[in-house]
Amino acid sequence: MVRRELDNEGPDRLYTVTGGRSQSDDPDLDLVTLIVSSAEPVPGMQSEHARILRMCVHPVAVVEISADLGLPVGVVKILLSDLLRANKVTARHPRLTSGRARTQLPDAAILKKVLVGLHNL
Amino acid sequence: MDSTTSDRVPLASTASEGLKIVIVGGFGVGKTTMVRSVSEIRPLSTEETMTQAGQDVDRTNEVADKSTTTVAFDFGRISLDEQMVLYLFGAPGQERFWFLWDRLFSGTLGAVVLVDTRRLEDSWYAIDRLEHHDTPFIVARNNFPGSTHTLDSVREALSLPADIPIIDCDARDRESAKRVLIRLVGHLVALSSKVAVS
Repeated sequence: MVRRELDNEGPDRLYTVTGGRSQSDDPDLDLVTLIVSSAEPVPGMQSEHARILRMCVHPVAVVEISADLGLPVGVVKILLSDLLRANKVTARHPRLTSGRARTQLPDAAILKKVLVGLHNL
Repeated sequence: MDSTTSDRVPLASTASEGLKIVIVGGFGVGKTTMVRSVSEIRPLSTEETMTQAGQDVDRTNEVADKSTTTVAFDFGRISLDEQMVLYLFGAPGQERFWFLWDRLFSGTLGAVVLVDTRRLEDSWYAIDRLEHHDTPFIVARNNFPGSTHTLDSVREALSLPADIPIIDCDARDRESAKRVLIRLVGHLVALSSKVAVS
């Protein structure tokens, strides 16, 4: 596997991409939140936004978008919160495992479904 | 040069529930190999950065400040059914990584600590941190040629409590990697039913 050198991008580009923002205003975005486009890219749109809309015709996890754009997860979350606010994408948040207390395990029924899925691989 | 989503099988349009399992281990222990063995996509790589608390985020001319921590990690995915997609992360066990654990891996089902018996000390810190974060885990020994220790002696060397499973695996082998994940989730099922009873 070829590891791309994200560091080579330099902080200037990251600054430009996010308009200088360093934090997403959507704290619910998880690495595995699935993003689906609900609009087409339009001329004049920021290129990263347009790329996300094109790539998320099918559901794509936040972390996959990050890998495909070659941008850190935090930067991608900022871009996604723009698109969410503009209703250009929808987010399918992990409901079953987020929000539970740190020490609390997910429901045994869910874990058993995961087991079945793994056995069927 | 860009890899894009079009290079790989898209998720089902019904996919709605992302799940996480993290494989933690020292450099070269076989994390990415294990991810590759079971993933339905070629492993991808990305990174997250964190600016240490106290940093004035408005001082944008200092974005490359020394207090920024960057952690790279690999991942793959497994579609479990129409709804559930399991993401498998290969994560470095080094110290700075744990600053980002909560941000990246809160809600993780559980973890696999992948150990190389020639460098057991690499695993001590990871085990300590997982316990600290209350993340359930199992230990898998990747069978490098020449490892002669019994699993019991590895358990002892790691001071691993008796209720935490430890198994052998071959990270290159799909069936073996699958067994590791099944063992982990089986362990989680046992833990959750124990919680339900008590």
